[in-house]
Amino acid sequence: MIQSGVVELKEILSLEHVSFTYASEDVQESRKALEDISFTIREGEWIAIVGHNGSGKSTLAKLIIGLLFPNEGTIRVFLEELGEENLWNIRSRMGIVFQNPDNQFVGSTVQDDVAFALENNGVPFEKMVPRVHAALAQVKMESFLDHEPHHLSGGQKQRVAIAGALALEPELLILDEATSMLDPQGRDEVIRVVEELKRQTGLTVLSITHDLEEVLLADRVIVMNQGKVLAIGSPAQIFERGDELEAIGLDLPFSMKLSDSLQKEGIELNGNHMSEEELVNELWTSYFNK
Amino acid sequence: MMEKMIFGRYIPGHSFVHRLDPRSKLIFVFLFIVAVFFANNTATYAVLLAFTLLTILTARIRLYFLFNGLKPILFLVAFTLLMHFIFTKEGPILFEWKFIRIYEEGLRQGIYISIRFLVLVLMTTILTLTTSPISITDGMETLLNPLKKLKLPVHELALMMSISLRFIPTLMDETDKIMKAQLARGSDLTTGSLKERIKAVVPLLVPLFVSAFKRAEDLAIAMEVRGYRGGEGRTRYRQLDWQWRDTIALVIFGLLLIALLWLRS
Repeated sequence: MIQSGVVELKEILSLEHVSFTYASEDVQESRKALEDISFTIREGEWIAIVGHNGSGKSTLAKLIIGLLFPNEGTIRVFLEELGEENLWNIRSRMGIVFQNPDNQFVGSTVQDDVAFALENNGVPFEKMVPRVHAALAQVKMESFLDHEPHHLSGGQKQRVAIAGALALEPELLILDEATSMLDPQGRDEVIRVVEELKRQTGLTVLSITHDLEEVLLADRVIVMNQGKVLAIGSPAQIFERGDELEAIGLDLPFSMKLSDSLQKEGIELNGNHMSEEELVNELWTSYFNK
Repeated sequence: MMEKMIFGRYIPGHSFVHRLDPRSKLIFVFLFIVAVFFANNTATYAVLLAFTLLTILTARIRLYFLFNGLKPILFLVAFTLLMHFIFTKEGPILFEWKFIRIYEEGLRQGIYISIRFLVLVLMTTILTLTTSPISITDGMETLLNPLKKLKLPVHELALMMSISLRFIPTLMDETDKIMKAQLARGSDLTTGSLKERIKAVVPLLVPLFVSAFKRAEDLAIAMEVRGYRGGEGRTRYRQLDWQWRDTIALVIFGLLLIALLWLRS
């Protein structure tokens, strides 16, 4: 597909005018959880969906993995419209990591858990073993093969969950608040693993999050508020609208807040500073630029 | 007390018994339980006892460790022995002191039944001590597989069992956390009358149940999304491997059975 001289990348996921309402006895209370959502994700992108609690981002995740079906609009995954018939086939082509590291660990040891999705999809034993080992190597957990889940840290469990998803060789990896229950160290571990994977395999990643570090790593950010898409853009574009984000209950990165405060105090700085490094560089050179 | 209790615990090791296939061990123990009831005289009971002690040695379990761990059960064995001494009144009187009379048959029956009980407990304990719970589940699933034809949900039962086993430590941690949380709120779990203590457990159980249901729901979603559709068309990552030693174990059982049948009166 060539459009205006640019090679269009393969579409992975697209939502068209999707709306969803939770069935409720009380008619007046049934507010639309999602309203007229449209966006497209292409191969190799890293997309972050952000929004505060109740913004509809977890409903969105449930729709994408086919746990719920939209009332209006269509969801296409891998160019196929998601429906009851192709649900299992589509699920076998994507991997999902959920929030709670304990509640998604099915196997009694690390390797059993990684093999779980393979077993479900009828992969023969001879093929399973190398795939389990390879997937664990990708998340640097290969020395934990026989460890039991209660002997692992939260970050390690989430890495095992990622390996479980990778074993199926997915085309799309969804992280549904995968780092929100981890301590800072565990969060770093998981983010670094995903970053590394992304660089090596060009995997398409959709991360639903409110961790700002994850947002900064994304190619595009989708901001959700009250069931609607508030903005779509690169992290730089999104964070430019700082006040708007704060108004809907989202935080800004520390360096941006600091830079803002400094500017308010009358210190001349140029532009936004999304990472600490940028801010530090700006600060230590600012004297010379005068 | 919980640390000492070894009934149902698994101790990893590399002995002959540890390395047996769970299927052969399960078959062995099951057949052994049946065979125990063939014993009916001193010779056969002696053979059973000797055989069990030999198995303990082969499994490289220290006798002291084993008996120390089985203390509560040994108490039960002693109790059975005592009951027989007192209540079986057959044969000549062996011992008489005031109102206590011990008859020969009482002594004999008491010792036999105690050996039978002891041997059964020891054998099943050896099974659980040398086989990880997950291997036992695997072995059961494979052995019960033919029952699938009778519409028995063998795979589902085995999966339920392995998930329960996997969640025991998680729920233990959770209980610990809730207990600390309730203690911090001033709940008193260790003093008071029995009724008060039972009442104090309720604030532990309710949150535990709520969180267990939440976990179950999350787990069900995670399993579904990872493509779980029941046992149909599923392959297995855990492979069982029947080896020469497993055949040997069953041959040894055959010899034991022959000995028992030959020696019994």
